Amino acid sequence: MNADPVPLLPRGTRLHHDRVRDTMVLLVPERTLLLDEIGTAILQEVDGRSTLAAISNRLAERYGAPPEDVANDVRGFLDGLVAQRLVDYR
Amino acid sequence: MTAHLSPPIALLAELTHRCPLSCSYCSNPLELTARDKELPTEVWVRVFREAADLGVLQLHLSGGEPASRRDLEELVRAARQSGLYVNLITSGIGLAPTRLDALEEAGLDHVQLSLQATTAEKADWIGGYSGGFARKVAFAAGGHRRGIPLTVNAVMHRHTIDDIDAAIAFAADLGARRIEVACVQFYGWALANRAALLPSREQVMRAKDTIAEARRAYAGRMMIDFVPPDYYADYPKACMGGWGSTGINIAPDGTVLPCHAAATIPGLQFDRVTDRDLAGIWYDGSAFNAFRGHEWMLPPCRNCARRDRDHGGCRCQAMAVTADPHAADPVCRHSPARSAVDHVISQQALEPPPFLYRSHKR
Repeated sequence: MNADPVPLLPRGTRLHHDRVRDTMVLLVPERTLLLDEIGTAILQEVDGRSTLAAISNRLAERYGAPPEDVANDVRGFLDGLVAQRLVDYR
Repeated sequence: MTAHLSPPIALLAELTHRCPLSCSYCSNPLELTARDKELPTEVWVRVFREAADLGVLQLHLSGGEPASRRDLEELVRAARQSGLYVNLITSGIGLAPTRLDALEEAGLDHVQLSLQATTAEKADWIGGYSGGFARKVAFAAGGHRRGIPLTVNAVMHRHTIDDIDAAIAFAADLGARRIEVACVQFYGWALANRAALLPSREQVMRAKDTIAEARRAYAGRMMIDFVPPDYYADYPKACMGGWGSTGINIAPDGTVLPCHAAATIPGLQFDRVTDRDLAGIWYDGSAFNAFRGHEWMLPPCRNCARRDRDHGGCRCQAMAVTADPHAADPVCRHSPARSAVDHVISQQALEPPPFLYRSHKR
């Protein structure tokens, strides 16, 4: 397995601004996942081209957070979605 | 009532009760709505906009068979334009490749495909439609080729629950990312067919083992959701996540219901989308407010530690078994009516009776 894969949102998974509740959500088959600020920031970086490391570095820089912590958060969050087949790694 | 009330997340739009199949467990009411009572295109389009403005995010287009509506493509397009996530709940029968192209082009997000059984002979017997299974398989292959996201909904009862492995393999072959292995619950047509459909306790136990094993085997490949039959549970499910809390159902004629079986509860007044806007119905409609919160509850629910977790279970099941929609869901071990459920289980016949197939009244 690729140690630094590129995450991407497959067809059927959509990042969406919920204008009524004024929050970001992930729309997936037959479910809606409410996103917090961290989840939103991670998913907004998922562009189908950037690797996990590239995404983590950008977020660490933007938020002035320790890169290792950010990398763990990103990996943990996306691994959870991959296990549910809501995000793919390439 | 509106002060602490959140907007709904999901709308189930029953576009029509027409369907080529006549499954004995159909979730439609016993009294089906005729074609000439169905809402026209423009009313559905307005309702989708009202739903999105109200806070609905997920739209489930259902039936009957929603493909029986000639304007399905137009409805999908309008729903997407309103910002909704559009899920089509279909048997796959009656959707030719050209229509699938049009649905895809209109922005359909996801398909939930029902699976009556995994062999043609059995599936066509259960659906009451010869040749239906072959047409379903052709539709599913077409969807797979196009890359349309797919969930298989495999319906489980006495005659199919021993075939779970085959159903899961069927879904995996179609590239489904998810399968819902859903046991029939007993309302409407399924209640009328209960003696033919209720699985045995042994079947349900085996099914749970099969599911646990399949989840290990398909980890990372396919999500496997399992809905066990209420009758073998110790506690009720949180039906609809609580009455009038997350979802809205609209029947083909525009009647707005808190759940698909709510019309079985006598005394409730249901609004129609042709008389009132959806926000008014959701927040102030009497049917939606009938079982919100816990003021309506009777003992043992009223003082139960689980009351905010399962909301007393299902109101329609309470109605069906105890004739009182305020009673505890009778599957609950604390319900005084649990013995009635146990009695039904104990009366299972070695030879099940034939199906009463779903049909329109003449």
